[in-house]
Amino acid sequence: MAPAAPLPPALFLHDAVALSGRFPLLAGVDLEVANGETVLVEGPNGAGKTSLLRVCAGLVPLASGRVAVLGLDPVRQRNQVRRRVGMLSHASHLYDDLTVRENVRFAVRAAGAGTDRIDDACDRLGLTGRVLKTSAVKLSAGQRRRVALAVLAARWPELWLLDEPHAGLDASARDTLDELIGEAASGGATVVVASHEAHQVEALATRAVTVAGGRVVSQRAIVRSAGKPAKDVAHVA
Amino acid sequence: MWRDAALVAGKDLRIEARSRVGLSQVAPFGIVALVLFAFALGPDRSLMARGAPGLFWVAVLFCTVLAIQRSVSVESADGARDALRLSGMDPAGQFLGKAAAVAAQLVVLEVVLGMGVVLLYGAKIEVAWLIVVSSLLGTVGLAATGTLYGALSAGLRVRETLLPFLLLPIAAPILLAGTRIWQAAMVGGVPADGTQWLRLLVVFDAVYVAIGVVVYGPIQESA
Repeated sequence: MAPAAPLPPALFLHDAVALSGRFPLLAGVDLEVANGETVLVEGPNGAGKTSLLRVCAGLVPLASGRVAVLGLDPVRQRNQVRRRVGMLSHASHLYDDLTVRENVRFAVRAAGAGTDRIDDACDRLGLTGRVLKTSAVKLSAGQRRRVALAVLAARWPELWLLDEPHAGLDASARDTLDELIGEAASGGATVVVASHEAHQVEALATRAVTVAGGRVVSQRAIVRSAGKPAKDVAHVA
Repeated sequence: MWRDAALVAGKDLRIEARSRVGLSQVAPFGIVALVLFAFALGPDRSLMARGAPGLFWVAVLFCTVLAIQRSVSVESADGARDALRLSGMDPAGQFLGKAAAVAAQLVVLEVVLGMGVVLLYGAKIEVAWLIVVSSLLGTVGLAATGTLYGALSAGLRVRETLLPFLLLPIAAPILLAGTRIWQAAMVGGVPADGTQWLRLLVVFDAVYVAIGVVVYGPIQESA
């Protein structure tokens, strides 16, 4: 019997160039992320971290180069890609006049996912009781972020693209987020986290990628020493 | 596609039911427009009755612009348009859903404005089915073109001023056909003239619904 074909990488970018008008968002990114990896993307403001995630989500097309997401073309096969990808961005993507529960339910159903995880996801993010029936317009920034996370947790996509996921969250929500990332990774999902809070994400990541000027300028594996707490990591260039 | 359309339409209608923008702002605006038209025409009731069909459709057209702007702004806040794109929903379903939600609001609005025309202008409807059918066809056309051009202007900072500029000329055939049909329905009988204009509305609707289904996705991606 012929051996099974190897799975394509979760993300593959080769010489990827993306433009906004004439301004380069990505200036020749080469990056490969294997299935099940958790990768930290770091870099200064304007380095191209968000653009990299948006290209991976198929929101920004490439001007040149190649990109494959879960083995698919995110432009030509955009709907298949997007149903399997979850993105947490700077915006919470909520409708102000809908309640928390209605927002989560709509987002989950829109993505074609089952609604059976919604209650559990909301519980984990502390969205219970009256909060579920509260209009999004009345929520604080942190609560809106929790709702956006609840959508992601309820959808449980194959590829998680997280842009500054810890921003605006309190300590308990940060812990819940870290648990979710850990569970997603251990469940076989691929997680890419763009963050300035490297110390928080390095505890979860297997690799760190540094982006600057729209390019990947360095990569390093993150190796955890046996018996040490998860946050004690050694860097291998 | 139909599932996505139902999901989007349900969401938009729920948002409108909560915010009551249609009821508290768009409908009163339409009524105020009818009252102002009446002031402009003077106390001659026969003149007002003759002008009622055209004034009704002009008021509907202005209200459509407001309803479409509201429909677009709902998706512009908090990155909601990106969320719809990221969901992987069928763009044709999104178009049909948003157009259906706008159409449902316009139908309610037309009932209110229709009553306003009868009460304020003394207009007498003699062929009710022609009024109903033409209003429904006109509504479909306005919702389809409005949703399409609303999406075109959505990503632009000048969308509030650009939308009426784009939409009003495109919707002119609806204004013309709707007015002619209402005139025919108000003078009595079912003249051939009225049904001919109905055919124009059917063709207009079919063309713009088809265009919307095909191009809404590319417009969303490029906006």
